[in-house]
Amino acid sequence: MSATETGLEPGAAAAGRARAWRAAFGTPSGAVGVLLMVLVVGLALVAALGLTPRDPAAQDVSRSLLGPSGDAWFGTDQFGRDVFARVASGLANSMRVAVVSVAASGAVGLTLGVLAGFFGGLVDRLAGMLTNILFAFPSLLLALALAATLERSWLTVSIAIAVVYVPIFARVARGPVLSLRSAEYVVASQAVGRSRLSTLVEHVVPNMTGILVVQTTLSLSWAILTEASLSFLGFGTPPPAASLGGMVYDAQTLAVIAPWLLVFPGIGLVVAVVGLNLLGDALRSALDPRAGGR
Amino acid sequence: MTRLRAALSRPLVRRLAEAVVTLVGVSLLTFVVLRVVPGDQITASYGIAAGELSPDQIRSLEAYYGIDRPWPVQYLGWLGGVLSGNLGLSTASGTSVAALTAQALPNTVELAVLAIVVGLLLGIPGGMLAASRPGRARDGATQLGSLLSLSVPSFLLATALATFLANQLGWYPNGEGYRTLLEDPWLNLQQMALPALVLGVSIASPVLQTTRTAILGVRSEDFVRTARAKGVPPRLLQVRHVLRNALIPVVTMTGLQFGFLLSGALVAEQIFAVPGIGRQVLLGLQQKEYAVVQSTVLVIAVMFVLVNLLTDLVYRLVDPRVRAR
Repeated sequence: MSATETGLEPGAAAAGRARAWRAAFGTPSGAVGVLLMVLVVGLALVAALGLTPRDPAAQDVSRSLLGPSGDAWFGTDQFGRDVFARVASGLANSMRVAVVSVAASGAVGLTLGVLAGFFGGLVDRLAGMLTNILFAFPSLLLALALAATLERSWLTVSIAIAVVYVPIFARVARGPVLSLRSAEYVVASQAVGRSRLSTLVEHVVPNMTGILVVQTTLSLSWAILTEASLSFLGFGTPPPAASLGGMVYDAQTLAVIAPWLLVFPGIGLVVAVVGLNLLGDALRSALDPRAGGR
Repeated sequence: MTRLRAALSRPLVRRLAEAVVTLVGVSLLTFVVLRVVPGDQITASYGIAAGELSPDQIRSLEAYYGIDRPWPVQYLGWLGGVLSGNLGLSTASGTSVAALTAQALPNTVELAVLAIVVGLLLGIPGGMLAASRPGRARDGATQLGSLLSLSVPSFLLATALATFLANQLGWYPNGEGYRTLLEDPWLNLQQMALPALVLGVSIASPVLQTTRTAILGVRSEDFVRTARAKGVPPRLLQVRHVLRNALIPVVTMTGLQFGFLLSGALVAEQIFAVPGIGRQVLLGLQQKEYAVVQSTVLVIAVMFVLVNLLTDLVYRLVDPRVRAR
């Protein structure tokens, strides 16, 4: 316990970590999370590479509103487009927006948070002011306002979502840096004459990996939900590209006679979010020593 | 009285000052974002025809909308108006934003309060159930429910409910024109039922998790063991000693959810045609009505910041440990 915590014996620490990983992903919920995400990422890749049995954008009025069958697995919509291909391509779009927005907000937010926590003083106060301002907007409202004012594309949606999560990453990074700043090995590194920046890069940042991996996974699931909500409201990924939120919106009027139009995009969305949430929980118990199992 | 004075001590004054700085930042940010992007009220209200306007016409329209003046003048003019209660004018509807907001805000607040009631009714018993046998079947079942409520977006649940209830049961009160609580209480409550349910479900999960963690934490404290040793009956122990103390973090969580509800309400308001403040923002964004978006967003941010401040105050009042600090 104490050896793994202080990191005195790298071998023992690695063994402890391996045990924690097994414990986290050996649980039913952790395993289900991995399984769902393999499914979602697999489908998204298939769509991104254009390998779906039918083209998600191809219209064929003679095949409009067919129910699910061996021919069209998830049925077809009013334009005869294949719902399976569109759900897969919608998942690809969700994943793309989620990954880009989380990467961007992670990069900016982390830099901000780490600098604020490590240098303190004026830097900290300015960063705190900025995060307070961004936090004063309810998150969906902020993303909506930004997405609505920019030209509609998947990239601007990603930017809008990224802005919302910058303060969250900044706050998540600042806390551990504050407590690590006075950790003995950090003080020691400075005492032997290392500059503040090299101490930061070499000793402080690597010790935050756990909390960041967890935060990233959970942010991905929020980003997917936010993108879907924006698309539903008409401010997200623009048609004709398939987006899960847009598909649910389009299904509103037709869901009575063609429930598959609502059911399958809905399931796709929920599966992606549930998968990421389960994965995040499993990662938390594996990587965050404070979580301590269940 | 001394309680109140202690609560109002220095940290609170600092938080108030912070809140003011934050709100000024919010107003600046909204102002700038709306102006750096292409397209303005003229293109929004005239569409493609805006291209055929003569330079003179454009100038006079700009003067009419007040967007011909330099930015700092526009900002200060708007801010000065806001501080004296004038939130600007909605040019599309010809009414003042203050009047629009005065109509819309009560609807959103009613919806948020009902949603919180639903969320607490689902979350607190759920959390108690989960905490009663941690790690066992009923814990797992509530955790699963909690995970689903976290993962099903409100717009999906709302669309599914609206479609199913309207068509299978023929019950869709939101199809008729909206009635406020004062106009027609019975119809209003029916119209609020579905959006409040949808929003309540979306906040039930954090309430449930907080309740569960808090109960498990309180239960292992010394005073609970002491009370049990003194022979306090189990049921009374659960309510008087455990639940009462466990609810303190739940209060904070509920306060934080209020802000989430203001933006979550936007989706529910849109789907169930509730003329609330979220819909007002959405409409303003679609019509590029600067004054409407700017002022409404500021109103929402003010409420958000105030609720967070209030949550902090209540927390200080109910938890003596925080007060002492």
